[in-house]
Amino acid sequence: MTAAVILFPGSNRDRDMIAALEKIGGKPPLTVWHTETSVPDADLYVVPGGFSYGDYLRSGAIAARSPVMDALRRRADEGRLILGVCNGFQILTEAGLLPGVLMRNAGLKFVCREVKLKVENASTAFTSHYQPGQVLRCPVAHHDGNYFADPETLARIEGEGRVVFRYAEGTNPNGSINDIAGIVSEAGNVMGMMPHPENLIEAAHGGTDGRALFESALEVVEAA
Amino acid sequence: MLIQARVTVTLKNGVLDPQGKAISGSLAALGFAGVNAVRQGKVFDIALEALDRRTAEADLNAMCEKLLANTVIEDYAVEIV
Repeated sequence: MTAAVILFPGSNRDRDMIAALEKIGGKPPLTVWHTETSVPDADLYVVPGGFSYGDYLRSGAIAARSPVMDALRRRADEGRLILGVCNGFQILTEAGLLPGVLMRNAGLKFVCREVKLKVENASTAFTSHYQPGQVLRCPVAHHDGNYFADPETLARIEGEGRVVFRYAEGTNPNGSINDIAGIVSEAGNVMGMMPHPENLIEAAHGGTDGRALFESALEVVEAA
Repeated sequence: MLIQARVTVTLKNGVLDPQGKAISGSLAALGFAGVNAVRQGKVFDIALEALDRRTAEADLNAMCEKLLANTVIEDYAVEIV
């Protein structure tokens, strides 16, 4: 699998993501700087976590308007897989590649802890190696993870099975509406999530619950 | 002509504002007992060159739609000062 990680000034979870992609995908991913007006040919594009542009204006707002995002939008239209984690999810919503917005955590605190995630949709390109309803452990680390969408949008994404992960067992860390932790685009090839699956892929992390997400994408890519 | 504008971005009604709530609580703790509610927003003072006022207004509205506001949760107002 050829993966590409998009880098912005202030990205800081890129190295964890690169390590996970290399360990699971078999080769190191390409990296793409935000000023690029095209992105190399890849099977999976990842927008990693961090604090792009210091979260100025709104989390992800400035990064979402950088040149590389137009190129990424074209790849999304082609049906390529795109994953945004944490700040990456914020960037994808600000860029309009995913609906809704990630607001300040309801408790106003930065939360860095482990949560439980319920797999709501196990038939996406990112979740086929999980069981429907499976509950996973996953770390979160964010200040703006409070997912919100207007009632019409919310009804649409819920009705279309586009809520992929929900915080489970009372672990919603940020006040997200309907406990939403991750969603996919209408076509299903773009996913955004606040938790960090790349930080739970090997014994040294204390667990491997995040691994199946990358293995799912790998299977889709290798079958194509 | 040089135009000086003020753009105000506020949360839409019905969108939860935890920061405003915390500020409201802090004001109450300072003894301002009459404060019923606080909603936090943003102000942008923008100096721009434009052909005329109307063009400037159109540009400022486009700036709000494209960047300054996230219209999922925010409203904006443009004022030329």
